[in-house]
Amino acid sequence: MHSLLNALLVVVLALNLFALGTSRIITVIKVVSLQGLLLGVMPLLIEEHLALAAVSASAAAILLKGLVIPTMLLRAMRDVQIKREMEPLIGFLPSMLLGALATGFALLFATALPLASEHTTPLLVPAALATIFAGFILLTTRAKAITQIMGYLVLENGIYIFGMLLVGAMPLVVELGALLDLFVAIFVICIMVNHINQTFSSLDTRRLAALKE
Amino acid sequence: MQSHLSILLILSSAALHALSGIPGLLMSRRTAMSERIATVFSCAATAIGLAGVALVFLRGTDSMVLPWNVMGDPMKVAADGLSAFFIVPVLVMGALGSAYGLGYWPQSKHEDNGPSLRLFWGWAIAGMILLLLARHAVLFMMGWEIMALPAFFLVSTEHHLPEVRRAGWVYLVATHIGTLTLFAMFAFFHWITGSFEMRALAVSEAGLGTLTIIFLLALVGFGVKAGMMPFHFWLPAAHANAPSHVSALLSGVMLKIGIYGLIRFIGFLPDPPVSWGVIILASGCISGVLGVVFAIGQHDLKRLLAYHSIENIGIILMGFGLAMIGRSLGRPLWVILGMAGCLLHVWNHGLFKVLLFLSAGSAIHSSGTRQIDRMGGLAKFIPRTAAFFLIGAVAICGLPPLNGFVSEWFVYLGLFHAASDTTAVAWTAAALAAPVLALIGALALACFVKVYGAVFLGQARQPLESVPHEAPLTMQIPMGVLAGCCVLIGVLPWTVAPVLSRTILSCDIEGLLQSSCPLSTLTPLTAITLTGLALIGVCLIVYYRLSRRVQWSKAPHTITWSCGYARPTERMQYTASSFAQMLTGMFRSVLSPRIHEPEIRSVFAEPSRYETHQDEPVLDRKLIPAAHFIKQLFNRARPLQQGLTHQYLIYVALTVIILLIWTLPILTIFTRLFTR
Repeated sequence: MHSLLNALLVVVLALNLFALGTSRIITVIKVVSLQGLLLGVMPLLIEEHLALAAVSASAAAILLKGLVIPTMLLRAMRDVQIKREMEPLIGFLPSMLLGALATGFALLFATALPLASEHTTPLLVPAALATIFAGFILLTTRAKAITQIMGYLVLENGIYIFGMLLVGAMPLVVELGALLDLFVAIFVICIMVNHINQTFSSLDTRRLAALKE
Repeated sequence: MQSHLSILLILSSAALHALSGIPGLLMSRRTAMSERIATVFSCAATAIGLAGVALVFLRGTDSMVLPWNVMGDPMKVAADGLSAFFIVPVLVMGALGSAYGLGYWPQSKHEDNGPSLRLFWGWAIAGMILLLLARHAVLFMMGWEIMALPAFFLVSTEHHLPEVRRAGWVYLVATHIGTLTLFAMFAFFHWITGSFEMRALAVSEAGLGTLTIIFLLALVGFGVKAGMMPFHFWLPAAHANAPSHVSALLSGVMLKIGIYGLIRFIGFLPDPPVSWGVIILASGCISGVLGVVFAIGQHDLKRLLAYHSIENIGIILMGFGLAMIGRSLGRPLWVILGMAGCLLHVWNHGLFKVLLFLSAGSAIHSSGTRQIDRMGGLAKFIPRTAAFFLIGAVAICGLPPLNGFVSEWFVYLGLFHAASDTTAVAWTAAALAAPVLALIGALALACFVKVYGAVFLGQARQPLESVPHEAPLTMQIPMGVLAGCCVLIGVLPWTVAPVLSRTILSCDIEGLLQSSCPLSTLTPLTAITLTGLALIGVCLIVYYRLSRRVQWSKAPHTITWSCGYARPTERMQYTASSFAQMLTGMFRSVLSPRIHEPEIRSVFAEPSRYETHQDEPVLDRKLIPAAHFIKQLFNRARPLQQGLTHQYLIYVALTVIILLIWTLPILTIFTRLFTR
């Protein structure tokens, strides 16, 4: 089981770098949805015997992260008619390198964490940290509102991986609540994206600074 | 069994004052009923409260514990002589000011801010009574804020005017500086005593260093409220921009709360060194002289009166400083005379300064301006207000037949006693302070000659839009009561001597006076009565003779300062500024007024203006530049906050990374990396 889990985590890490390095927004959405699907499978692999909690959490994650949210985002993209992230603050290659650096840092750091040794897979904590960093890089370097949503999603994925550590202990309600929060947030942002597009004729969130007094 | 009748009376009086404005909130804004109800409430509350105060003076200290525990200590209230003494002006002002407001700030002309003015008026009065009774630090601070915050709303009653808003803000900042300092002071008290009860400390409880810190904190915290130089910066603008009866409340009553705090809390500190008394005496001298000097330089009538408040606070502090020196050196005589001067001047200033503010309000009401140099000749139109102002002016200058003389006389007597002492510090301080007091009196006299001459005598300097009319009876009665009290204390000072003696004894925690305060045998009070009566008689005779002669001689009526010109105009009169020019010139180094002089370049001079402005020495020259500097400094942090989400996210990420690195055992990692 653990070797499979490790393999999945490595794929997740690779997907992070892929999301950082591509300029096509549709690709990013697909990458993130794939990441979501993989994450959804993970609770099933961690639990020794399948419990109802793990199954339902897994199903909800697959449904929301893998299907519903990407569909919503694709529709939002179609409405505002953009395809590429044109002007990132840092170029795609440098941000990918930064992501790789962050992954290395996460691996380095996770060995120093006291909780790492107690848990079964040594890759879980570094993968979570690296995904969180990748989300931060997406959030801070991309200007378009949709790519920023992707940043939030990747960030949330990182937190979700962290949650794997506690999958036995964490109540189902908390898990589902977090997912519901995410869903509502994305839903609202998708509506906002349309409005930003109409008001500013652009999805560049830096223009929102014009709203300050 | 002791009945707590006096405390209950005073507390219910505070409650009634607090309630007095509430019916006005519920009633229609059009009716005058609400203001009448408020005044009736205030007058009833004052009557009840005065009965309670009288009981305190007759029966002695009364204390009780409220059924309320805060921070581990029961809420204790007590009415001793000192509290009762300071409650009297609060109560009197509460009723008189409310009655004055009927004519000065009628609901029919101030529909918007009339109800709130009366509400906050009552609350401020109630807050002051509460804090004067409190013997628990939390209750004290509650009363303090219930007094200070409504006072902010009272000052900014006309908040549609920008200068009023500015004055209100400066006041709010200043009062909270004071509050903050008091928090620190109470923290020290709590550190020493372990409770929030306000009680005297024993010598063994704290060292001199801690006591000195408490002393300095009290001096600053209460000094801000009392308007002691250099913490007076909020005072002139706040007094000038508030409605006149509010200015009277602030100046006549609220400043005294600061004095009460000083007397109360410094009284708690055991075995004070002489230097404390000298510090208070010196700050009193500085406040007194600078207050009156800046008053002379003012052009605004109410600002001028505000600076005179600082001057009188100076005189009060001089009396208190003398008493402190007496306490340190063990000289009961100085304590009695100094405290008598200090306390009586608290009442007296509360009487004559309120009288001056109220009559100035009446004058401003009828002339439509606060600028002294635009008024003139008002005595012909509003003779009663002019007479009331004259009584107040004579009293504030400390001239014999009125009350200001009596309290200053006490201070003088005390200083003379101290000056003949053998202790070097004491006689030096006293010998320096006595001439300063004389200087203050002389300058105050010059200042009020200027004000009275320019405002009430001579001719109107500007064409009047309408003939000024005398104030209504509701405004005259409060002024009349105050003027009557001024004359009463001035001519019959022995009537207040028992009250003073009792109050002085209640401040004497250490038993220095051995429960005897023979104030009436120490001072020639009957001589003051006789001299006063003689002086009044002589004045009446001279007035009578002169007016007869004027009627007989049929001298032509002309402008006062016509200077022998054939066709004088009103504009040839002495202005207040030109009258004061010699004095302001003498004190130019302190005042440093901004002067805009015309520069004559050609033979045919163009029309030009000459202006002088007197700015506030602490606020305008020190605090505002300092505030600007700090603002500039903070402006440099602007680039950090530009409203970009990305930037904020980077901050979050950086914080996370830094925190992670913080927890990283870098050394072990390095050793793991580079060693096998």
